[in-house]
Amino acid sequence: MHSFWIIFKQAFLTKAKTKSFVITTLIVCASFFLMANLPKILDVFQGPQEDSVLHIVDASGELASRFQEQLELLDSSVQAMPTDMTEQELKDGIIDGTVYAYIVLEKEEQLTARYVSESANEMENGSDIEQAVQSLQTVLTAENLNLNGSQVQQLFSPAVFEREAVSESSKSQEELSQARGLVYILIMLIYMSVIYYPNMIATEVATEKSSRVMEILISSVSPVKHMFAKIAGIGTLGILQMMLFGLSGYVAIKTAGTSMTEGVFSVFGFSEVKISTFLFAVLFFLLGYFLYAVLAALLGSLVSRIEDAQQLMLPMMFLIIVASFIAFSGISVPEAKFVTVASFIPFFTPLVMFLRVGMLDLPLWEPLLAVALMLITIGLLGWFGARVYRGGVLMYGSSQSLKDIRKAIALGNKK
Amino acid sequence: MALYVEQATKKFGDFTAVDNVSLRVERGQMHGFLGANGAGKTTTFRMILGLLDPTHGEVSWNGKPITYGTSPEIGYLPEERGLYPKMKVEDQLIYLAELRRMPRKEAKREVANWLERFEVPHYALKKVEELSKGNQQKIQLIASLLHKPSLLILDEPFSGLDPVNVEMLKSAILDFQKQGATIVFSSHRMDHVEELCDDISILDKGKMILSGSIRDVKRSFGKQNVRIKTEGDLSALMDVKGVEKYKKTRDGALFQIADEKTAQTLLTESMKFGTLRHFAIEEPSLEEIFIAKVGKVYA
Repeated sequence: MHSFWIIFKQAFLTKAKTKSFVITTLIVCASFFLMANLPKILDVFQGPQEDSVLHIVDASGELASRFQEQLELLDSSVQAMPTDMTEQELKDGIIDGTVYAYIVLEKEEQLTARYVSESANEMENGSDIEQAVQSLQTVLTAENLNLNGSQVQQLFSPAVFEREAVSESSKSQEELSQARGLVYILIMLIYMSVIYYPNMIATEVATEKSSRVMEILISSVSPVKHMFAKIAGIGTLGILQMMLFGLSGYVAIKTAGTSMTEGVFSVFGFSEVKISTFLFAVLFFLLGYFLYAVLAALLGSLVSRIEDAQQLMLPMMFLIIVASFIAFSGISVPEAKFVTVASFIPFFTPLVMFLRVGMLDLPLWEPLLAVALMLITIGLLGWFGARVYRGGVLMYGSSQSLKDIRKAIALGNKK
Repeated sequence: MALYVEQATKKFGDFTAVDNVSLRVERGQMHGFLGANGAGKTTTFRMILGLLDPTHGEVSWNGKPITYGTSPEIGYLPEERGLYPKMKVEDQLIYLAELRRMPRKEAKREVANWLERFEVPHYALKKVEELSKGNQQKIQLIASLLHKPSLLILDEPFSGLDPVNVEMLKSAILDFQKQGATIVFSSHRMDHVEELCDDISILDKGKMILSGSIRDVKRSFGKQNVRIKTEGDLSALMDVKGVEKYKKTRDGALFQIADEKTAQTLLTESMKFGTLRHFAIEEPSLEEIFIAKVGKVYA
């Protein structure tokens, strides 16, 4: 057990001390702070919004007040004021920066409106203004046709449209969009960590093999112990890094003072976060890591040069990418058949079953069954990986292919 | 206290890498292991180290099989340098010693001593990849014996070293032997083996074709060399009875003979061709024996 901890410590410390690890961690943590403060930062660039009064140029004199009425009905934040300035004065004002924007309203056969601002794409609340103009047009037309109040209301009343889900496991549309953001981010994290950390292991093993230090190592401790100590060491590093990310994300959001349910974050839907989603994320992160780490160690043990490691890792990367495709496309259809089936395939479970757990109200046996299947697979792969590893680390040759697995087992075979 | 390899055979599929090899190295002895590339030296070492299990036969150290439980007693220097290129010399040596269950503090102290002895204390905090090949080999040797093993396996310890460093490493290895360690090593250079070893074995295509003390090996070879230095042309003596080989040298000739009587004949005969400046009966060198036995130049 003693040597297990020494290898564990070494794997953990040497990686934790590398520049690339420290820099990556810092950049990600910094980006969390950036994200959390994004609304504030955007405000700085946009300048204060209080000054953004929309001036209304209205020759008829009666359109301005009715336009304001419509804006109010829309609950819009746009402040519109009639103005006495001429168009030329207003244009000069925009160039000087004293005027934010203006709109020209004219009515002949029908209503025409012209919106003028500094640049064409800077049309904040544009949809509000457009809609208000549209409504105004409708109201004016209705008046022309001599429709009474209730008739106008009928004209405006929208159709009733509701979504209803029959399946018990499905969450309501509202709940889904709330869960989606968090699940999306966590799947992303699991996806990146099952690529990043196992890759670290494969490169590490390949380095030790290509530098031939492996022969000294495995003459000191058994290859199997070496392999699992390494996996545990890098795994702990991964947990630490994830914890740092989580902590800095939490601190960033708390200190930023922006509510997680507003602005940019409303897209992600953090308003109602279930603690179980996080627990499952941690569980599937760990299981996914172990599964792919064992696979990576096995593959890493087969190559004699670091350059060949990436090539041999391709089949494994392919598995992860397929899993991520299923998971990301399943986010909008979590109940699809292919998602259900994939969630029980151990190599896809960490991403796809997590998606289902996060998006649906599954009976508990489903994730537990998937977890059990994964544990069995990890056990089998660990046993198989250890056998390959034992021989693989002794093997030096030019050919690097999966066929070498058989050679490695033969070499590592006792007797 | 001895290393026994008893009738060890290792097969990889149909290929027999080591065929029925027996070896016995008593405590405190230095055993030289010779063989051309691919003769099975590394496979034999790997069996001794317990990295590979013999298909048949047994390996034991002090009567017990070598396992990971005995790893603190064993030191190993692999044929090609085996160190972490990007790790600092000191950290690396301590790590490897800790794996062989040496306490950290003691390892740190010993590392300093050894670096001092090899005149490279300033490399302690350097990365291995920054060191020259010869200095890397010094670190490699330290890594193999830092934890004070009682059995030391050295695969080509002197390859790629300049003569000064060879002497430095040789004396360190000899000192280590004097402290009671049993050492098995293979070398490229016959003169190193001849100088350091008590016993030798020669391996060819997986089979052991010769084994024993250097003196016995030479005696049983049954051939000696006669070196003569003279101005005269001795090529006529090629046909003297008992002469097996004749080779003209820069200042005379070298004869290989089967028995000492022939030497006397050569002495009297050669005097007829001119004044002799030098006449000597020499033991055969290991290199000659090796070439005679293996049938090719040792590479």
